[in-house]
Amino acid sequence: MFADYSAAELTSIFAMQGFAGLSLFSVFVLMALGLAIIFGQMGVINMAHGEFMILGAYVTWLTSGFFSSHLPGLFAAYFPVAILLAFLASALLGGAVEWLLIRHLYKRPLDTLLATWGLSLILQQAYRSIFGAREVGVRMPDWMMGSYAITDMIEVPINGLFVMGISLLTALGVYLLMYRSTWGRKVRAVVQNRPMAGAVGINTQQVDRVTFALGCGIAGIAGSAFTMIGSTGPTAGQLYIVDTFLVVVFGGAQSLLGTIASAFTISQAQSTMEFFLSGSMAKVYTLLVVVGILMVRPQGLFASRIRH
Amino acid sequence: MLDISGLCVSYGESRIINDLNMRIGENEIVAIVGRNGMGKTTLMKSLVGMHPSSAGSIRLDERDLAPLQSYQRVRAGIGFVPQGRMIFSTMTVRENIETGLSASGEKRIPEHLYELFPVLKDMRSRRGGNLSGGQQQQLAIARALAGRPKVLLLDEPTEGIQPSIIHELARTLRRIRDEHGLSIIVSEQVLSFVLDVADRVLVMEKGVLVHEAERAAIDEQVIAGFLSV
Repeated sequence: MFADYSAAELTSIFAMQGFAGLSLFSVFVLMALGLAIIFGQMGVINMAHGEFMILGAYVTWLTSGFFSSHLPGLFAAYFPVAILLAFLASALLGGAVEWLLIRHLYKRPLDTLLATWGLSLILQQAYRSIFGAREVGVRMPDWMMGSYAITDMIEVPINGLFVMGISLLTALGVYLLMYRSTWGRKVRAVVQNRPMAGAVGINTQQVDRVTFALGCGIAGIAGSAFTMIGSTGPTAGQLYIVDTFLVVVFGGAQSLLGTIASAFTISQAQSTMEFFLSGSMAKVYTLLVVVGILMVRPQGLFASRIRH
Repeated sequence: MLDISGLCVSYGESRIINDLNMRIGENEIVAIVGRNGMGKTTLMKSLVGMHPSSAGSIRLDERDLAPLQSYQRVRAGIGFVPQGRMIFSTMTVRENIETGLSASGEKRIPEHLYELFPVLKDMRSRRGGNLSGGQQQQLAIARALAGRPKVLLLDEPTEGIQPSIIHELARTLRRIRDEHGLSIIVSEQVLSFVLDVADRVLVMEKGVLVHEAERAAIDEQVIAGFLSV
């Protein structure tokens, strides 16, 4: 499939597609982070994670609308505000969902799968009723449009770089929170051994609620990033949940670095192959490779080695 | 100090502990001995709240702990060193001890814990899972002490530890009691350790306390008889 291109063209194609994949990479990283945090903490697979992302996307859309009609002078600066609001909205909804629904099901992990799936259907219909079935697009501020031309043939989209910066900052923030803060120490203790964490004086229920809210809030940030690569509709989140599971499993659950490496590999492979093949064939090859690697390394790319 | 009355604990339909009454005084070390499956671990877990009790009260300084959750009991003054130690194996030694601070609300690890277990200071940046069994046992005790408990519970602390270290463990426990002024309940099967450490011995059989002896009046033969199969 490379035969039709010259070497110089191929280099530019790989570079351009690589940079184009950065936005996808950002969305994957943020989604997988949230999902992995929640799964690692309480063994809940949040099927509604995509809908929490879409909530973030709708909040971003609402914020851009508000700024363009009420504060047009500040429109250039709306995006950081939107990210913050998206995080808060998704985190608040996440906290409420944990309190109303999830905490009653901790002893029945399979039921949480059903319950969160049901929640995702409810949320999709809620979005349809509130925002309408038509997809909405977010208008980006001028400074985020366009691209840097590195050479004649290679151009880098500015919004891709911006979004990637945000997701790496978020990942760094999560890392610091998990490994350098008192709260993170409690989370890791609960992840390792929940009954024992209670028996050293950690309020595990409180840790659960905050963790669930944080995971959903990060999905909200992913939603903000998502508005750069796709249009926001009630069911758009569903398309991303499977890929996100793939990223988490491939990276090795509970490994932050593994999640990032795996998101990078999968998004870049997909983005590069999509240029040469159709989108679905690109996905088939990505899946085949991931399945193959997981057969050899079931624990994922990165897993910590300790004596138990 | 700790006053347990009418305690009943069940797993489903089968009742493991039946109407248990016991009282532990200030600065007292009490050993509960008995063979496997007699309810020692169940008793320990129910005291710290890892397993619910179905009836009875557990009063610590007049406050009933029975309706409380684990973390509330620990904050009220219970420290727990479980069977098999259950340290957080992927976390460092220092982080393991720091988890215990959740109960006391302190920010820093008290220096006296490192004085008690110097090896933990040398290994504070290692992962807990990479420590030897004896070191893990010290870590589990340090973690429980970080919460400044009034009563320390230890469930079979000698399990999987070399005989030479068992003797030292007994000395350490007495030292902790003397320096911190707390009470200790230890469940055990190793008779020599029990004789080393305990002020009072209670024998448990099928969830009931069947024999009690003060230190001075301990008859080794009688207790060995209860422990033999």
